[in-house]
Amino acid sequence: MAHHDFTMPVSEAQVRALRINDTVTLNGTLYGIRDATQIHMFDRGRKTRFDLNGHAVIHTAPNVRKIEKSPANPSGYASVCIGTTTSDRMERFTRPLMAQCGVRMIIGKGGLREDSSAAFGALGGVYLAIIGGTAALETTWVEAIEDVDLDDLNPESLWKFRVRGFGPLLVAMDSHGGSLYDTVNAAAQARRAAALASLGIK
Amino acid sequence: MKIDLQQVEEAAKQLYIRAVKLLPPDIKRGFAGLDASESDPTAKRILGTMIANIKVAEETDNLLCQDTGIPIYNVVIGRSVEVDGAGLKAAIREGCARATREHPLRSSVVHPVTRKNEHTSCGRGVPVIHFDFSDDAERLSIEMVPKGSGSENNSWLRMAIPAEGVDAIKTFVIDCVLAAGGKTCPPTIVGVGVGGTADLCVHLAKVAATRPLGSRCTDREGAKLEKALGQAVNTLGVGPQGLGGDSTAFAVHVETAATHITMNPVAVNMQCHSARRARATFSPQGIEYGY
Repeated sequence: MAHHDFTMPVSEAQVRALRINDTVTLNGTLYGIRDATQIHMFDRGRKTRFDLNGHAVIHTAPNVRKIEKSPANPSGYASVCIGTTTSDRMERFTRPLMAQCGVRMIIGKGGLREDSSAAFGALGGVYLAIIGGTAALETTWVEAIEDVDLDDLNPESLWKFRVRGFGPLLVAMDSHGGSLYDTVNAAAQARRAAALASLGIK
Repeated sequence: MKIDLQQVEEAAKQLYIRAVKLLPPDIKRGFAGLDASESDPTAKRILGTMIANIKVAEETDNLLCQDTGIPIYNVVIGRSVEVDGAGLKAAIREGCARATREHPLRSSVVHPVTRKNEHTSCGRGVPVIHFDFSDDAERLSIEMVPKGSGSENNSWLRMAIPAEGVDAIKTFVIDCVLAAGGKTCPPTIVGVGVGGTADLCVHLAKVAATRPLGSRCTDREGAKLEKALGQAVNTLGVGPQGLGGDSTAFAVHVETAATHITMNPVAVNMQCHSARRARATFSPQGIEYGY
């Protein structure tokens, strides 16, 4: 259960060293991505000018305020509230994100499924659990919105954040087939019969 | 008592902003209760972060969660209240749009086919506005619920049959909690609708999911069910965020309605741990904001 401080981007070796229950804190660049962003990138062939190679993406669509562009706010957006969303809807985009864009870390809540786990193993990636519904706190880890692409999809644009001390995040799925969600779900299923019995159901 | 629609518009705006920033006291007490009894160290850390987030949101005047949800307004009109109903709907809609533009808040609302976002949190049939009436003569209350999608995406209806009995209801609730896992942002309030028609059953589940913690179903049979189910779901070990632990749900809430002799419907709708709601009460003394 080691803790890792990363300045982005990271190498495949750094990611493969991570094991479930480790914790990670990120610094530097973090990209924000969402359902519509990935539908447009992978189903409709739209390209981004950002280089996501070795980077982390967070499943998000932030609350932002439009402001005058300045050195402190180069994107013309200030953050209002930045958190995360349920990852499961974006399960089928994990593999193309990694294979086509070189993404190494996916941050979200609620976990991903088998194909993502297989992609993490084959290509070298991890899923980092951030706590859903704690966006006020997470917003304090974001220094600036540096840039934005595919902004016609706003708020589901491709966001480039600059973060400091973004974490600790929990390694919930690793590149060695480990998934805390699988473990918890299997244990919960095993308790189903006892729960039903407690309700008087045979 | 005559209602000024300009004040309704302003209240509808303030309610949306208050709801996304201030968690009701009953939910805070729910967190304290879960935190005191949680035995899993990871779950305890997660609950601690959730509790810290409530404080950060208050201190930084920020949103608790990035999801501004689908806006729902529940209006209850007292006997002696004089109000233009169509005007009231329009005023609520405009207040909702103004909150979105003027705060600003993320508009999470799109057309279901084109996926076009008007950036007003409004669209066809949204905000959802429900009306009810009460004996409380000189009072009009508007409750605002920003319903997050993580929990809303995990909603279920089963048209069970009479021969399956109440066991079908209980089994369905347990299986829904298992299927939801961490996707609904647990700990949740599990809302269960029992009886009615298909649409009423789902509506009851939503009413149950958004009821204050500590409240009980007014139907004795429903109250018995919610007590038993509340204990059972917290033996499953799903835990906060689906990462294991005792704190899967704050509570199970049940709402019931009479149903057809051939029917046995059950619906589940969940509320995430950011169980947000805000209320404005109009009376001859003025407008009072609360939960």
